[in-house]
Amino acid sequence: MKQQIIDSKANPNATGEADECLFEYLHAELVNYVLTKSSNTAEGEEELSRLEWMGFSVGYRIIERLTREWSRFKDELDMIKFICTDFWSSLYHKQIDNLRTNHHGVYVLQDNAFRLLDKVGTSNSKQYLKESPRLLAFTCGLLRGSLANLGIISTVTAETTTLPSCKFHVQVQRI
Amino acid sequence: MCVVARCYHWHHCSLLVNMSRTGTKLDAKKVNSELFTLTYGALVAQLLKDYENVEDINKQLERMGYNMGIRLIEDFLARTGSGRCYDFRDTAEKIQSGFKIFLGITPTITNWSPAGDEFSLCFETNPLTEFVELPDHCLNLKYCNILTGVLRGACEMVQMEIACWFVQDQLKNDNVTELRVKFVKRLEDAIPAGED
Repeated sequence: MKQQIIDSKANPNATGEADECLFEYLHAELVNYVLTKSSNTAEGEEELSRLEWMGFSVGYRIIERLTREWSRFKDELDMIKFICTDFWSSLYHKQIDNLRTNHHGVYVLQDNAFRLLDKVGTSNSKQYLKESPRLLAFTCGLLRGSLANLGIISTVTAETTTLPSCKFHVQVQRI
Repeated sequence: MCVVARCYHWHHCSLLVNMSRTGTKLDAKKVNSELFTLTYGALVAQLLKDYENVEDINKQLERMGYNMGIRLIEDFLARTGSGRCYDFRDTAEKIQSGFKIFLGITPTITNWSPAGDEFSLCFETNPLTEFVELPDHCLNLKYCNILTGVLRGACEMVQMEIACWFVQDQLKNDNVTELRVKFVKRLEDAIPAGED
């Protein structure tokens, strides 16, 4: 069985490229699936840890492939900047609009038109605000996983006050 | 009540692209493709955690594919501007072009049944399985089963009921991956009374 698989990987040029809308539809199905599986917590919040975990495992793997031929990063800030610029624009078609840090391990990444929220709410709509955490959990995990494989252990949370903009808070855990 | 993080001074970081970087630019199309492949892999891994029975996973994947297919058909029609199919051979070619548009691959159409109501799509490569090896305890898992759902959902939206299943799978040591598609029936338009 294993031999076959090695053969198919020997020809990397033959693989196709998936259209971007596939990811969006697949992501919608992940959210859908997680919601059917999850039970609400006592505070009425949805249990989205499955989404976060899937995002983590994707982020962990994808960053390894993307940075394979990349020059070494100088420091933590350099890695976060890479995430905000090249990584983000490849995944979500635009850079992070604003990066702030307190230089004590907290970074705030602000995207004013996040791709997965972009078609949900027109400017400043509040209609689907309550549901928006569902659409952010995967990306929180994606960020956490990417950073983890770069050697940064962190917790990532997201907040959104007006669609389609959102902020990701990255809190680096220092040992 | 002071949130610790807010006690520090905040600094903006310039996000101007560092031109001196020697790394090559990331190819957005390629990244998107890998994002899709890996996300699908994470989903299958999650399903394997959640369900004990592999048959349930196959069903769940098909259902998700169906949900994607009923949306994807709109993208397909909008992009290709194609009209109704003349016959099932026409359908086969349109499905083939759908794979070209969305997955960047062109499966070959083969093994027509004499009645012309059944054909196979053969894949030599498949982006979904790009980084995949099936462990031995997953032999009944139809890893790509989402595709069967996508086809069923998409066809249903153009008034065609089809059945669709895998007969060969490269992940299970077959030479090609073969997806069998069978025409079941035309679905009647539900036209409101008084309209033609």
